[in-house]
Amino acid sequence: MPNLENLYREVIMEHYKSPRNKGLADLPLSHIKHIKNPSCGDDITIQTLVEDGVVKECRHDGSGCSICCASASVLTETMIGKTEQEAANIAQHYLKMVSNQPYDENVDLEEAEVFIGVRMFPARVKCASISWKAFLETLNQK
Amino acid sequence: MEKSIWRQDFPQITNGLVYLDSAAMSLKPQSVIDKVQYFYTNLSTNIHRGLYPTGVKTTMLYEQTREDVAKYIHCETEEVVFTRGTTSSLNLVSFSFAKGILKAGDEVLTSELEHHSAYLPFYEAAKQNGASMRFVKLSKEGRITVEAFKKALTEKTKLVVLTYVSNVMGYITPVKEITRIAHERGIYVVIDGAQALPHLLIDVKDLDIDFLAFSAHKMLGPTGIGILYGKYELLQKMPPFEFGGDMNDIVTLNTVEFKDAPQKFEAGTMPVASVLGLSDAIAYYQQHDIVKMEEHTQKLHRYCLGRLSKLDGIEIYNPTAETAIIAFNLKNVPPHDAITFYAEKNICMRSGHHCARMVSDFLGINGCLRASFYIYNDFKDVDLFVDATKDAIEFFQKMGF
Repeated sequence: MPNLENLYREVIMEHYKSPRNKGLADLPLSHIKHIKNPSCGDDITIQTLVEDGVVKECRHDGSGCSICCASASVLTETMIGKTEQEAANIAQHYLKMVSNQPYDENVDLEEAEVFIGVRMFPARVKCASISWKAFLETLNQK
Repeated sequence: MEKSIWRQDFPQITNGLVYLDSAAMSLKPQSVIDKVQYFYTNLSTNIHRGLYPTGVKTTMLYEQTREDVAKYIHCETEEVVFTRGTTSSLNLVSFSFAKGILKAGDEVLTSELEHHSAYLPFYEAAKQNGASMRFVKLSKEGRITVEAFKKALTEKTKLVVLTYVSNVMGYITPVKEITRIAHERGIYVVIDGAQALPHLLIDVKDLDIDFLAFSAHKMLGPTGIGILYGKYELLQKMPPFEFGGDMNDIVTLNTVEFKDAPQKFEAGTMPVASVLGLSDAIAYYQQHDIVKMEEHTQKLHRYCLGRLSKLDGIEIYNPTAETAIIAFNLKNVPPHDAITFYAEKNICMRSGHHCARMVSDFLGINGCLRASFYIYNDFKDVDLFVDATKDAIEFFQKMGF
């Protein structure tokens, strides 16, 4: 099953088993978004702290399938240190990539590129998107 | 090995499709598909309205289906209400009946096995009336037992809402005994029969239940059509739930009168094609004998459990289920990951909470896989499923799960 092996890339499994920035922190000025997919059990919370237009902290918590959990972990690593504008741009292009829509390949998605295999699995697009959509909403909470 | 003698009647089954999601929706035999097409090709007219030949014929076939259903579940014709599905049937009972009898402090006795479509309408009606939901304590393996039911009854119990067959665990609830006990105390009994009708012959008079809700689409019939059986004296006392065309007798500036049950519950244009198709689904069960069908399905179930039990790396939550549903997980693999592996092989199953989240919580899991077998499956399907499960266990181990 070449497609499926392509989905579970090493980086994804590594983030699934050792998630980064996991667990919410006590950050009074941060924004938090909780998204659930009740039919499959994905339940993800994203916490973002923006200071002076830069993402200072990005954390995640929750449970779900490997794609859901790993993509949340990769999200947080990708976003810390980006300006709000860069972060939103990366997230938008990432969401297009996983849902198999045209996206700008010149935008550096960094490690998040490993989720390109998701586009071959329409039923799994939601899993890879949920934390990234939640992240965009934390940026919009003002 | 023995083949399904019914398989050939289901045109969707072609080489390569392994359909193990009949607990969500059954496939349709050609006769049902033909009837729906016949309606749109030759009739396509509403019921109880047009006095021209196609209108008269459609009305006749629609009301004939009501009679077919009544005979099939052993009730009077006017005790059969057509709705949009089990969910609609249960909402109708909840908001037209339960809301009328529940008072502040009363209790609705239900279980953690309930599908959300049975739990939520009554949860909402109870909440609106200041009543509450109480749960029968499930046995260790997750069953509703008569003993636990008796213990859960209180002076405040007004209504019992229980599933006949659990859509995750496949267990059969002892409905007849529970109903007898409830009625001794003047408690009404509502049964969610969505998963029962595809497997069991049901005699509502013998069970003596007050309401039974079920859907055509799980029992070889079309989508969009559900049935509510209710005892006639109860139906007659219930106010309409939806208002509109065809359910009224008189509408003037000064007067509004509604029809008797069941018509007062069938407002607007009903899914006529689906009702007509339902008559052929029932005919299919009658012609082919649901008891024989169930024997076949259970053989597959036992064979499958036997083969699965030899595999390491899988956890089965309901090995003693009476109906052919297997709820399981691959060890250390989230069900949503596992399901993709099966989907790639065109093995159709469901993963997640199955609209019955309380079952997941009871089992202490975040969802599971569900394989359900039906009359058109054969032993080859079981083999393909078990072989795929073996491969899946290996694959996910290799991937590092």
